Amino acid sequence: MENAKIKALDFNFYYGAHHVLKNVSAEVIANKVTGIIGPSGCGKSTFLRSINRMNDVISDVKVEGKILLDGKNIYDPEMDVVDIRRQVGMVFQKSNPFPKSIFDNVAYGLRINGIKDKYFIQERVEKSLKDAALWGEVKDRLQKNAFELSGGQQQRLCIARTLAVEPEILLMDEPASALDPTATLKIEELIHQLKSKYTIIIVTHNMQQAARISDYTAFFMLGELVEYDLTSMIFTNPSKKITEDYITGRFG
Amino acid sequence: MTWNPTASYTEPEYGIGAMIIGTFMVSIGALAIAVPLGIGTAAYLSDVASPRVREIIKPVVEILAGIPSVVVGFLGIVFVGPAIAKVFHIPNGLNALNGSILLAVMAIPTIVSISEDALKSVPRSFTEASLALGGTKWQTLARVKIPAAMSGIIAACMLGMGRAIGETMTVLMATGCAQAVPHGFLDSVRTMTTTIAIELGEVPFNTTHYYALFAIGLVLFIITFIVNMISEMVLHKYQKVVK
Amino acid sequence: MKKRQLQEILGFNLLRVCMVLVLLTLAFILYDIISKGAGKISWEFLTAMPRNGMKEGGILPAIVGTVLVTVITAILSIPFGMGAAIYLNEYAKDNNLTRLIRMSIRNLSGVPSIVYGLFGVILFVQAMNIGTCVLSAGLTLGLMTLPWTITASEEALKNVPNSFREGALALGATKWQAIRTNVLPYAISGMLTGTILGLSRAAGETAPILFTGAAFYLPFLPRSLFDQFMALPYHLYIMSTQHHAITQVRPIAYGTALVLITAVFAMNLFATILRYRLRKTKME
Repeated sequence: MENAKIKALDFNFYYGAHHVLKNVSAEVIANKVTGIIGPSGCGKSTFLRSINRMNDVISDVKVEGKILLDGKNIYDPEMDVVDIRRQVGMVFQKSNPFPKSIFDNVAYGLRINGIKDKYFIQERVEKSLKDAALWGEVKDRLQKNAFELSGGQQQRLCIARTLAVEPEILLMDEPASALDPTATLKIEELIHQLKSKYTIIIVTHNMQQAARISDYTAFFMLGELVEYDLTSMIFTNPSKKITEDYITGRFG
Repeated sequence: MTWNPTASYTEPEYGIGAMIIGTFMVSIGALAIAVPLGIGTAAYLSDVASPRVREIIKPVVEILAGIPSVVVGFLGIVFVGPAIAKVFHIPNGLNALNGSILLAVMAIPTIVSISEDALKSVPRSFTEASLALGGTKWQTLARVKIPAAMSGIIAACMLGMGRAIGETMTVLMATGCAQAVPHGFLDSVRTMTTTIAIELGEVPFNTTHYYALFAIGLVLFIITFIVNMISEMVLHKYQKVVK
Repeated sequence: MKKRQLQEILGFNLLRVCMVLVLLTLAFILYDIISKGAGKISWEFLTAMPRNGMKEGGILPAIVGTVLVTVITAILSIPFGMGAAIYLNEYAKDNNLTRLIRMSIRNLSGVPSIVYGLFGVILFVQAMNIGTCVLSAGLTLGLMTLPWTITASEEALKNVPNSFREGALALGATKWQAIRTNVLPYAISGMLTGTILGLSRAAGETAPILFTGAAFYLPFLPRSLFDQFMALPYHLYIMSTQHHAITQVRPIAYGTALVLITAVFAMNLFATILRYRLRKTKME
């Protein structure tokens, strides 16, 4: 495929004695939405967290193979993990605003990157909140605590916070699984708008959601990448029986 | 068995048997008082008291834990001692019973707070199952919750015992510190901690007597270490079961 | 009335009796000390030197001594205790060694205070040749409070949701940045609460300072950290057991006890207020 932003090459992941990801090879296309589906415990979240090395936080893990970001292996000992995470933003399953004001939440990533210019921060916060389709709802109460927002607003705030550091890639780990249908729809619309600027990888439990929003879909099962193709192909004409069984709801 | 490091006519003796007996006697006496009261209070707080009452009483019990041991010992001299002397018609009340009562006061807060935690972390499903079968709240408490929280309660009592064994000042002030093997709770006793406290200030550095006192310290360390270790293990096992 | 209901009423009342007994004990202790100690408290009692073989005068040197020792204890136990807790909770790998260290620390917090006293004699008084003085006693108490401080601080750090750390890391924070800006601010009051509680216990301790620096009677204030000192708890012990005119100095003993528990409770109260404030700014 052309325009591959991320390439996984024979990527293996071990958690203790547990072999979580087995020889995963895949290419993620720039400025597209790639959905990752599969039953619980199939390794889809682990794969996502491997792309910004968030798994480094857990002890007792081992990695084999490579993940290339713009051609460079992010597991190369020379790579600075902090740089990688600035380039690869992440939105978590459960919205995790910090117990600060709405403004400070979005400004957090800028400030820890050493930016002190007040006007710059203000502008960037506003832009990020607009990009995350939240500006209109919060512009009059930026100094309010982020916990006062509704669940869906909190999750969009977390997206804004991630956008503020201008990553190239957005990883989303079931970002709407804790939200009601209306809030979910808003997040999905947002993802649709964001893909012109970002490469988005989204893990989802919800097959309809994957079908609605992703251009490509990867199906994981027991740590292996079973099938990876255009979403339209996966959902209408899967090449493997097991993919079809999963998509039609026979298990999982 | 006999501790007599300053004997003038015979060889000095360095036996710590009497002290160990004294230590355990006072501590077990303390537990006999503190365990029922502590568990009773914990059960009251977790199952009977309204949330508001609990919010008030819990910090109050913690205040008890904050009273310095020397103050408790002082009350042993000025209040508990004379009271015991009066009740039992003995010349003075500085004895094992006095020490046990004071140590009980000091162990109660530990026992209450850990037992209450244990009772509170019994899964709600257990309680609801028992109530749904027509059990009263009392039956549920006595037959379901307390057994389910047993290891936490045992750990609480062990920790309370660890504190009692290691306590120095209250025992030093309240038990009279006679060196003989005690025959009953109205006898004066001397524990390991008090022997160190009384004698260390008066022996020259690096003599046999001096090292003997450090040996007592080592035995004390090992005993409390084992007691704490057991409670830790019991608590750990129980946390695993609950999770 | 059914038998079961009767049983329940009896049982619950039994528990209530236990609770009331515990509360009465506390009430009695406080009442006795406050009622008999309050009469002794005066400006002179708090600010004068003891006189006439400690039968008259005040307890100023004991107050100053306790404050000094507690400050040294704090200087040792706050940075090292919090540092160790941050290391253990944020940096140490969760392996057998860490678990062993953690278990040892918890066990150390149950070691009798007199054993710390013995250790202080060997380490500070003899081996490091500091002598019996304020510094030795403060360091001994500092060692004793370290395990409490570490355990309480680690507990406070554990209560900060992991999502705060991950969220910061995912935005490109370094590990230390994440801890400094997004973990410590929410753990610090819990850490301080535990530390202050530990300090208040240390301030009331007698056994560890018996041989490391506390003095029976000094008619002057310590002039340096290498002087011996008087301390409130040790003074109370002396006044209630060792003084040659015990009944005559009983009011002084009561007064000392009242000052001591007031100081200790003031610290506890401060810690409790911190904790309540912490609960209010609860993070979810």
